[in-house]
Amino acid sequence: MQTFDLGAEGLRALNSALHGLKGQTNMTAWEVVNPKGAHAIAAGVDAPVDITVRGSTGYYCAGMNKQATIRIKGSAGPGVAENMMSGTVIIDGDASQYAGATGRGGLLVIKGNASSRCGISMKGIDIVVHGNIGHMSAFMAQSGNLVCLGDAGEALGDSLYEARLFVRGSVKSLGADCVEKEMRPEHIAILEDLLSRGEADAKARPEEFRRYGSARTLYSFNIDNASSY
Amino acid sequence: MTDFPRTPPRYSATFTPAVNAEIRRAAATGIYDIRGGGTKRHLPHFDDLLFLGASISRYPLEGYREKCATDVWLGTRFAKKPIHLDIPITIAGMSFGALSGPAKEALGRGATDAGTSTTTGDGGMTEEERGHSKTLVYQYLPSRYGMNPDDLRRADAIEVVVGQGAKPGGGGMLLGQKISDRVANMRNLPKGIDQRSACRHPDWTGPDDLEIKIMELREITDWEKPIYVKIGGARPYYDTALAVKAGADVVVLDGMQGGTAATQDVFIEHVGMPILACIPQAVKALQDLGMHRKVQLIVSGGIRTGADVAKAMALGADAVSIGTAALIALGDNDPKWEGEYQKLGTTADAYDDWHEGRDPAGITTQDPELAARLDPVLGGRRLKNYLKVMTLEAQTIARACGKNHLHNLEPEDLCALTIEAAAMAGVPLAGTNWIPGRNGGF
Ligand SMILES: Cc1cc2nc3c(=O)[nH]c(=O)nc-3n(C[C@H](O)[C@H](O)[C@H](O)COP(=O)(O)O)c2cc1C
Repeated sequence: MQTFDLGAEGLRALNSALHGLKGQTNMTAWEVVNPKGAHAIAAGVDAPVDITVRGSTGYYCAGMNKQATIRIKGSAGPGVAENMMSGTVIIDGDASQYAGATGRGGLLVIKGNASSRCGISMKGIDIVVHGNIGHMSAFMAQSGNLVCLGDAGEALGDSLYEARLFVRGSVKSLGADCVEKEMRPEHIAILEDLLSRGEADAKARPEEFRRYGSARTLYSFNIDNASSY
Repeated sequence: MTDFPRTPPRYSATFTPAVNAEIRRAAATGIYDIRGGGTKRHLPHFDDLLFLGASISRYPLEGYREKCATDVWLGTRFAKKPIHLDIPITIAGMSFGALSGPAKEALGRGATDAGTSTTTGDGGMTEEERGHSKTLVYQYLPSRYGMNPDDLRRADAIEVVVGQGAKPGGGGMLLGQKISDRVANMRNLPKGIDQRSACRHPDWTGPDDLEIKIMELREITDWEKPIYVKIGGARPYYDTALAVKAGADVVVLDGMQGGTAATQDVFIEHVGMPILACIPQAVKALQDLGMHRKVQLIVSGGIRTGADVAKAMALGADAVSIGTAALIALGDNDPKWEGEYQKLGTTADAYDDWHEGRDPAGITTQDPELAARLDPVLGGRRLKNYLKVMTLEAQTIARACGKNHLHNLEPEDLCALTIEAAAMAGVPLAGTNWIPGRNGGF
């Protein structure tokens, strides 16, 4: 285990060392201490490395992550795992706004609650939130899966495309063009896998969720839907 | 009966035939007019400025003998690898999706031969463009279509797009006709849908967030790449100041004449300010912060000639950017396709239904047959020629003003033909020392 004191050595040194791991496979575990809410911790990593951040992070922790497993032993600021490509990000606490925004792959697990706009414009990422998600979550979500074990705030899935949303609790309101859809066996299978990989299989069963997705009425501009655009 | 003279039919200046036609079209369809291109109405523009040239008080440089340099450095503030271009005329961001693959390749070829950069667009980086553009600026847009760290790292600069002159405050659109398999795949969208892009970034709002976002992009790319911030000409003084505060290396300022691939006509014609009015405000912001020439300013919106380039630079820009003009150089709106323009209900030089994807010149299309009409090698050569002519024109003017570098052009080399242009550009009305709004003016 390589320990990195962020307070003493600084962000540039950390990210530069992590970027230097690209192509390497021999160094597998890192620990970052004294994160003190710094921004862009472990942004742009592209290596199969296991990074544990001991504390809370600021904006854009694990931004654009590829391959790495990044564990935040605290809460995460806005835009955690934004545009993630692959790998896994696991947050023990809560996540602020835009968690997993525009993510294109990989798995984001939030063991607490996620604030507004969780999964905004998601493009293939899988997100599992053990608690609740805030308003406008999955806004314009394009693809991937968003799983919420708790409740969803207002305007869930507004203007979404092909992303799948699974919510176990209540949904305050659905956004434009977002509708409840039938849970078919293939969706149960997706959920089963995500709950297990999202370390939530002990907390919930797939049958307890409802599925939401796009009614696809906004896909072709139609004047009769103008008030929804 | 006496035959009295009758009042001849008289068109209203308010309800012109064009206005009435639009009312009828709206009444019939219930949908606003969407089109490509920039503002079509008459606006105060560079044509309303003139250079004074040298005389007794200033002496000119000898054409062809005495050097007039044209190069420009961009991104010298923070980036480890700033960009050096031979000419200060760059190719603006135009998306693959809006443009065909061969058109992107032609832009890359022409710009590279002329010693300048091209810019990606809302739709990601294509091999055609990366492969042929020596210096490629990668746009970071609200939609984030195709965004990934590998392309960020193989770009030469990053442009965070906050706004565009054609539609400050608006998002992109690409209609279903142009969402081919390849475009759909690059954007993670279903094929053939009418795509709406967001107008705000998904993971930041406001200047304080932007500062953190820029820092993240610098971290991901190890502080190598210059970071541009592109703004539409809305509140250029404050937007420029805030972009500088947020850590931009370069500010790209696009006036309302700036082209677009597809936007509501009402947006194109009624939102934003002419580039002439924007440049002095942006320059003032940079000067007030002590950042003029340290944070470079690239301006765009209706730039067509070397004279426009020279005027923009005399007002304080470090470089300019062209979109529409580059497409015309490639062959867009060429009268040789007149028969086909007629079939589309339009005429050469007026065709603006770029969003429909049926461009006879094969540039603003995803139709493989139409796209094949543009030879990227020939198109690249035409663009290079055009960029060369613009550069020579700008140098001709600069030498006449006694300048050995285009960057030495200054507002004192200019006068204005109209009171409006004098007020907006902050240069005296021709034959006077009057700058409306200054010198005790109103
Ligand atoms: C076909 C076309 C596509 C465009 N696509 C984009 C885009 O994807 N992103 C962007 O920031 N600006 C886009 N623009 C605007 C240009 O980057 C630039 O601001 C504008 O064209 C400059 O004005 P000009 O056309 O008068 O030269 C586009 C413009 C055109 C003509």
